[in-house]
Amino acid sequence: MADGTSIAASGPLGGQTEKEAFLGFTRPQAIAFLVMVAFVLVSPFFLYPVFLMKILCFALFACAFNLLIGYVGLLSFGHAAYFGMGAYVTGYAAKAWGVPPELAILMGGAIGAALGLPFGWLAIRRAGIYFSMITLALAQMVYFFSLQAPFTGGEDGIQAIPRGTLFGIFDLTADLTMYWLVAAVFLAGFLLIHRIVHSPFGQVMKAIRDNEPRATSLGYRVEQYKLLAFVLSAALAGIAGGTKSLVFNIATLTDVHWTMSGEVVLMSLVGGLGTIFGPVVGAAVIVTMQNYLAEFGAWVLVIQGAIFIACVLAFRRGILGEIAHALRVKL
Amino acid sequence: MEDLLFELQLAMPQVILGVINGAFYALLSLGLAVIFGMLNVINFAHGAQFMMGAFVAWMLLAFLGIGYWPALILAPLIVGLVGVLMERLMISRLYKLDHLYGLLLTFGCALVIEGLFRNNFGSSGQRYTPPREFQALNLEIGDFFLPGYRVWVLIAATAVCLATWLVIEKTKIGSYLRAATERPQLVQAFGINVPLMMTLTYGAGVALAAFAGVLAAPIYSVHPAMGANFIITVFAVVVIGGMGSIAGSIVTGFLLGFLQGVTEVVYPPFSQTVVFVIMAIVLLTRPAGLFGRA
Amino acid sequence: MTMNRRTLLGAAATAPVWGALPFRSARAQAANTIRIGVLNDQSSLYRDISGPGSTQAVRLAIQESGITQAGINVEVVQADHQNRPDVGSTVARQWLDRDGVDVIVDVPTSSVALAVNTLVRERNKVFINSGAATSDLTGSACTPNTIHWTYDTYMLAKGTGGAMVAAGGRTWFFITADYAFGHALERDTTTFVNAAGGRVVGSVRTPFPGTTDFSSFLQQAQRSRAQVIGLANAGGDTINSIKQAGEFRITRGGTKLAGLLVFVTDVHSLGLETAQGLVLTETFYWDLNDRTRAFTQRLGQMPGNLRPSMVQAGCYSGVLHYLKAVRDMGVAAAKASGAEAVARMKAMPTSDDAFGEGTIRPDGRKIHPAYLFEVKTPQESRGAWDYYKLVSTIPANEAFRPINEGGCALVRS
Repeated sequence: MADGTSIAASGPLGGQTEKEAFLGFTRPQAIAFLVMVAFVLVSPFFLYPVFLMKILCFALFACAFNLLIGYVGLLSFGHAAYFGMGAYVTGYAAKAWGVPPELAILMGGAIGAALGLPFGWLAIRRAGIYFSMITLALAQMVYFFSLQAPFTGGEDGIQAIPRGTLFGIFDLTADLTMYWLVAAVFLAGFLLIHRIVHSPFGQVMKAIRDNEPRATSLGYRVEQYKLLAFVLSAALAGIAGGTKSLVFNIATLTDVHWTMSGEVVLMSLVGGLGTIFGPVVGAAVIVTMQNYLAEFGAWVLVIQGAIFIACVLAFRRGILGEIAHALRVKL
Repeated sequence: MEDLLFELQLAMPQVILGVINGAFYALLSLGLAVIFGMLNVINFAHGAQFMMGAFVAWMLLAFLGIGYWPALILAPLIVGLVGVLMERLMISRLYKLDHLYGLLLTFGCALVIEGLFRNNFGSSGQRYTPPREFQALNLEIGDFFLPGYRVWVLIAATAVCLATWLVIEKTKIGSYLRAATERPQLVQAFGINVPLMMTLTYGAGVALAAFAGVLAAPIYSVHPAMGANFIITVFAVVVIGGMGSIAGSIVTGFLLGFLQGVTEVVYPPFSQTVVFVIMAIVLLTRPAGLFGRA
Repeated sequence: MTMNRRTLLGAAATAPVWGALPFRSARAQAANTIRIGVLNDQSSLYRDISGPGSTQAVRLAIQESGITQAGINVEVVQADHQNRPDVGSTVARQWLDRDGVDVIVDVPTSSVALAVNTLVRERNKVFINSGAATSDLTGSACTPNTIHWTYDTYMLAKGTGGAMVAAGGRTWFFITADYAFGHALERDTTTFVNAAGGRVVGSVRTPFPGTTDFSSFLQQAQRSRAQVIGLANAGGDTINSIKQAGEFRITRGGTKLAGLLVFVTDVHSLGLETAQGLVLTETFYWDLNDRTRAFTQRLGQMPGNLRPSMVQAGCYSGVLHYLKAVRDMGVAAAKASGAEAVARMKAMPTSDDAFGEGTIRPDGRKIHPAYLFEVKTPQESRGAWDYYKLVSTIPANEAFRPINEGGCALVRS
């Protein structure tokens, strides 16, 4: 695929090495990161914590999705499967077995990975549009399963999931305490993704995205790299789903429905595919929009669709991608 | 042995019904294949356009008093025209980009279309009654009753599928089309207007979806989500068939309808999942699909 | 320039103080204001049975309660939960935590209703559910803050199952949507069919969601020679199965179709030609008697030119009764404790034009009669929306699940 046509073309300064400020961030990225951390720390004192937690959960979900599309060039249209199953497993473990929250969230991540392994193995046999359609179809099977399996509670979902006590010390019932856990999970996930992208493994992933035959000829086992990226992405999506189920005390079919897969694509697209901070901004924008559009009924659908169209036609770089482009930096 | 024969005899009607449902899969996956072959775009709005076909037929009847037969021609034309506009205004801007953008764009279009119809027509669905003359086609053999309209669906869908196949494989226009799919620059150099061909192809693919929609209107309730119910199964059909050939998409469509019909008798709860299981098996054994080229 | 800027900054700094004054008076006023949140589906499946029509019904209830004349303000907010528990849960939390909403009304879709049920209890507010079907709201999930107003799955199963056998439909075949809701409807209805001396001869599970063609299943049902085909499904599934039953002339040999969850708007959408002969249970029908007709008249033009559904009528009836309790106990007390307000509602008999006279049980179940209807033929219908004829009335004390069978913790104490 020629340069500039790829769905997640390398950033405006792609290839060019920049001085690193810290943690492998370039200076603009470091500034953006500090702004983000500051916002995460300060905002709960001004904004409604539950609303912020929702944003953070979806931001992590979008970052996980972005790992696949932005750095391997694979557009999954079935990420709801991992997000939703993560929510179910975390919720069930916390409610039925009384598993402490930290462990329950990890179990959500584990189920995401366990599901991502066979699905990824099947899906990476094809690339491009076929890959998208296969992930969509597989996710649809997970939806059927969730509807049938007794432990998911069918269309009622798992209700009244207890938030529990973190490490046996912090009672998470209070929204603000829960918020700090969610913030920690989000930041850890975010840094992990950043770390992966900047590791030698991440470099190979990008090489595959940009020119797969070349990566193959260099002796890399492309399939294995793709699969590993897929599993990592699914695991993080599972963690995001699990955290969300604790925040809202529920895990339901909405989380595994294909519209959820579409939503996470939209978030990443709005924020900027292939940018590190883009999915976070995208998630914030879309969640805020859903919140304030709740009174307008079916217009939510129309407006979401219109944003999709506008992004694809006019702002393919997304919000952060456009900003980065204007400032000629990488974000 | 006799038991089995008896069982088969009982199952026959169900299998016939399955094949008739397969006609819808065939029409829809054919439309997708035609569009994909020429434009390299997976048309996510296909389900919404199917729904529009049914709604346009209903609106023609409810507001203008135009009946079924004219609607069978008019609705695909109208929706096809909307498709042409979509292609000119939006999709044509994306040809130089990654094909995934086409998928995302048409996904957005599907949301907008469905949302607008929900706002205007609520959610309970509208009714569309087929003309009485179909009752002449009613089949009644013992216990088994097959409404004439279903017989008509099978005839009409098969005829349209065959006609499309003939146009693409056997006519001059079809040969241009196939050539343009392989080597657009070269065909353009021969003085053929490739962008126009692309626009018309998209319009034709959309019209096929709308035609299926008109056929479906009297069977299913006409409501905004009727296409969304279909489209994911049709995507699986497309993956199974592979996007390689026009004939492949038609055959796969009917074949899966048949298989679903059988499953509906043998083990009903499995009849939706069967398509996805077959998809997984095909991917394992023939990743390019049954009729696809790798 | 700098001076200008400084003055501007100064003005900005004092702005919050100015802003705070009207805010404080709003707070003072808020003490005398009841806030009602109508939370339902405004965009998809349940828009026509609840949606904006529910809000209209709530406004009528406020107007007729005479509460404004008593010097109490009532404000209505509404939102679309899009049938998504996370959206519904976020909206409900914000309403309860930040916007001072005292009572949440309607909430179709069981998953959202159960989530709101928990939230309302934790914050000690009031939840009047009209739209959801799950009988868990007055069973394992019952709370002192929730009243389940209009209908539930148990009542639907008993009404259609029991009364239908009494009316002559002795053998049954079920077409069941293959998920928990469908299974529950089939199981409950089977119990009542058997109890009334009927028999279930078979059933078929249809994949959910995604089944659009039910003709194969309908023919299997027909071959069983059952007198009644029970449709243990909902929404689009029910509509498609009824429509295709008409197409395949399933009912030509005298077989009856029994819809276990069908609303009047569904019948309207199907049309009498297709829906004729269908039997179903509802607790409200606009054309039932003089009082329901008067109520429908007063509601005026409804969104989409529809007549009120039982869910919308339930929103009216529930809010009317709640406001009576508020007048009775005073705004301050009603706002202070939702459980107290609900206790007061339970202590008073209900009376309104939509459901007639009724009571609320300790487990939160609103009690009123249920009606088994049969859809008229096009010849029988005398005008627009003349759809039902009454087959039998299930008296209030028999219509719902006996209070000790639901497993509600409030009952034992």
